[in-house]
Amino acid sequence: MYTYRKAYRPFVSPNDPCPPMWVKTYETPPQLYLGFQPYGMPQFPPMEALRWGTLWPALFAPYSNPYKQKRMGGYRWNGQMNGSRYTNS
Amino acid sequence: MWVYEKKLQYPVRVNKCDPRMAKFLIEQYGGADGELAAALRYLNQRYTLPDRVIGIVNDIGTEELAHLEMIATMVYKLTKDATAEQMKEAGLGPHYADHDKALYFHNAAGVPFTATYFNAKGDPITDLYEDIAAEEKARATYQWLINMTDDPDLKDGLQFLREREVVHSQRFREAVEILKEERDAKRLF
Repeated sequence: MYTYRKAYRPFVSPNDPCPPMWVKTYETPPQLYLGFQPYGMPQFPPMEALRWGTLWPALFAPYSNPYKQKRMGGYRWNGQMNGSRYTNS
Repeated sequence: MWVYEKKLQYPVRVNKCDPRMAKFLIEQYGGADGELAAALRYLNQRYTLPDRVIGIVNDIGTEELAHLEMIATMVYKLTKDATAEQMKEAGLGPHYADHDKALYFHNAAGVPFTATYFNAKGDPITDLYEDIAAEEKARATYQWLINMTDDPDLKDGLQFLREREVVHSQRFREAVEILKEERDAKRLF
């Protein structure tokens, strides 16, 4: 299972004019990982599929405003430095 | 040829009178990565793509026209009952001076639509890669639009449109895989 949002810590200078955003995020939606879609994947029931915009749970990745999550985008750094690991609090 | 269904692909509801949001949404109407550019790009490219992927491009181009209608409906609803004063306050004064409440194909900054927003190179891989990039750019635009509104009903429609960009990108990526495929290789599933 992949995470559909990654976070990293940008450089913060004491001379930056705006209050720093400690953690920045970017989206990595499922189509980046799926490759050629295999046959026989699970499907949403038709009514739900029309509601969500896709028949395939594997392609369903709703977006929410990362700035609206609890403070600083809601992402706490978990100490790993590979630039892609975060915990959503 | 098309058959028209007199309904939207997904219901468009708007909760809040917010002409300023209409100004931002117009990016997806007449902007470089908007639905009009997408529809025209795909429907134009389909003639010169290999047979095996024409269907994908045709279907997606058609769906973009349905998305165009949804965006138009959102913009229309957001500005329908705004006064000239409200239009001015929302930064739509220049638009109002030229078009009243009429929709016009321009981007959020008021730059008119142009055919130079998309290309048809004739090289299938090149064209499909442009299509994938276009879908990702439209997806990103929807994300920034979602970030700028608090209206849950409007957000709901934008979420749907963003999800469709995800699916379209996936299908274009598969189209590339189809063209990469070795014709005589055994297919195992």
